[in-house]
Amino acid sequence: MSAQRRPAMDGWFTLDDAAPQLLGTRCTACGTYFFPREAAFCRNPRCAGSEFEDVPLSRRGRLWSFTDNRYPPPPPYVASDPFEPYAVAAVELEREKMVVLGQVVRGVGCDQLHAGMEMELALEMLYRDGDTDVVTWKWRPVHV
Amino acid sequence: MSSDKEVAVLGVGMHPWGKWGRNFVEYGVHAARAALADAGLEWTDVEFVAGGDTMRNGYPGYVAGASIAQALGWNGAQVASTYGACATGAQAIDLARARILAGLCDVALVVGADTTPKGFFAPAGGERKTDPDWLRFHLLGATNPIYFGLYARRRMEIFGATLEDFARVKVKNSRHGLANPNARYRKLYTMEEVMASQIVSDPLRLLDICATSDGGAAVVLASMAFARKRTARPVRVAAVSTVTPRFPNTVIEMPNFATDSAVAVDAPDVPFRDSIARRAYESAGIGPEDVSFAEVYDLSTALELDWYENVGLAKPGDAEKILRDGTTSLGGRQPVNPSGGLGCFGEAIPAQAISQLCELAWQLRGQAGERQVAGAKVGLAVNQGLFGHGSAVLAKI
Repeated sequence: MSAQRRPAMDGWFTLDDAAPQLLGTRCTACGTYFFPREAAFCRNPRCAGSEFEDVPLSRRGRLWSFTDNRYPPPPPYVASDPFEPYAVAAVELEREKMVVLGQVVRGVGCDQLHAGMEMELALEMLYRDGDTDVVTWKWRPVHV
Repeated sequence: MSSDKEVAVLGVGMHPWGKWGRNFVEYGVHAARAALADAGLEWTDVEFVAGGDTMRNGYPGYVAGASIAQALGWNGAQVASTYGACATGAQAIDLARARILAGLCDVALVVGADTTPKGFFAPAGGERKTDPDWLRFHLLGATNPIYFGLYARRRMEIFGATLEDFARVKVKNSRHGLANPNARYRKLYTMEEVMASQIVSDPLRLLDICATSDGGAAVVLASMAFARKRTARPVRVAAVSTVTPRFPNTVIEMPNFATDSAVAVDAPDVPFRDSIARRAYESAGIGPEDVSFAEVYDLSTALELDWYENVGLAKPGDAEKILRDGTTSLGGRQPVNPSGGLGCFGEAIPAQAISQLCELAWQLRGQAGERQVAGAKVGLAVNQGLFGHGSAVLAKI
């Protein structure tokens, strides 16, 4: 384990390795959730809300769909060399009634995924910046 | 019969799609001159120019209408330049149409052209942590094919679509585009070749995904009164739809990380992609059953199948059926992408929706040669641009 690590985005998720959570907001007027966090205006067209509470989002959800990337994406993605393909999952959160994207943890490919399976949030290194691990949120199947 | 909401398509023209590597303005000028010649009009007859912008060619690309007007020779026309991602062309068409219908001009030129870099589309440079397009690449490595892959896999999981179905779309469109002089790829593929091509974003193979291309397209639109003095039966634009989604949009869309939350408001009865053509149908008083053929935005082969359902050619889950039984092939009841579609063209973003209207016009006039849809009376073109841009055009003769 390297000495230092930092989140890829400040304030988007907790750095709790055992049970990380995405950090969203919720409009105090109509209850709509937002991720990434929205704190200026509510996007419900019939709500003039401008006050938001910070809310950690559900850690678990159901897999809506999934795919992967076999070729290195262009910058600003920091691709490993040699390039390591990764899967991407779209996960439906029941309480928030929204779908959130994330990479799937290393070592889990499309052949281990199917729509409807239960997924949970994890933290993993996205890339290394000098001697610092830059970490981000990822999805992991609960039962694999 | 014509309604008071119609404008005439007097001329259409294109610069062939390819990877030519020249200035986008050249393709725009070539297409504009071809459209003017087709209309039998001079550039100096044009009163309004609507340009579709390109984001990858610097300042001249952000003011495409003027860049191309200057290259054609300043003629004092009024000008507008517009951008709506892949739906850019529909916005430009709608600007010209609205101006004509308002009686502000009789003749308008709509033109869009692009020069594209090799490989994946990438976001603009710099570190922009409030730009979702930048963030999706940085945090997720979510290229465009990632989103196409999510939709394709969802179709497989929910409706039982197969890799063979996706390959069948490519084979069909490659056959359609074979004789299209403006298509970039004119090669007949087999299902085996498609399925054996490299996986890009599982389940999609290289040959399932559209390339990025250079190209240019233009149309000359005119008021019906002006057109009738020149031709007895002009092709008419019956409706244009440039709708945005309704909240909450519960389908993940480029370039977002998450959908809207449906906690406070239920998801709309008509999802965004279904609403695009629907608005055009309602505006024109035309239904999907009246459509002779359609040009749909096949960013991937799987997405073409989604479109069959989104535009009402098939009920949800039935797209594979009307693909397999030949309904959507040339010679079938409602051919889809007779031009060959993006599979044969690749994407030249601001030109794409304009090129769709070019194909509608050629088909409706009976000038489409070997790819002609017999007896075509009504053509539909649909498209969707990222950041919430719908695009649909209905044309008829």
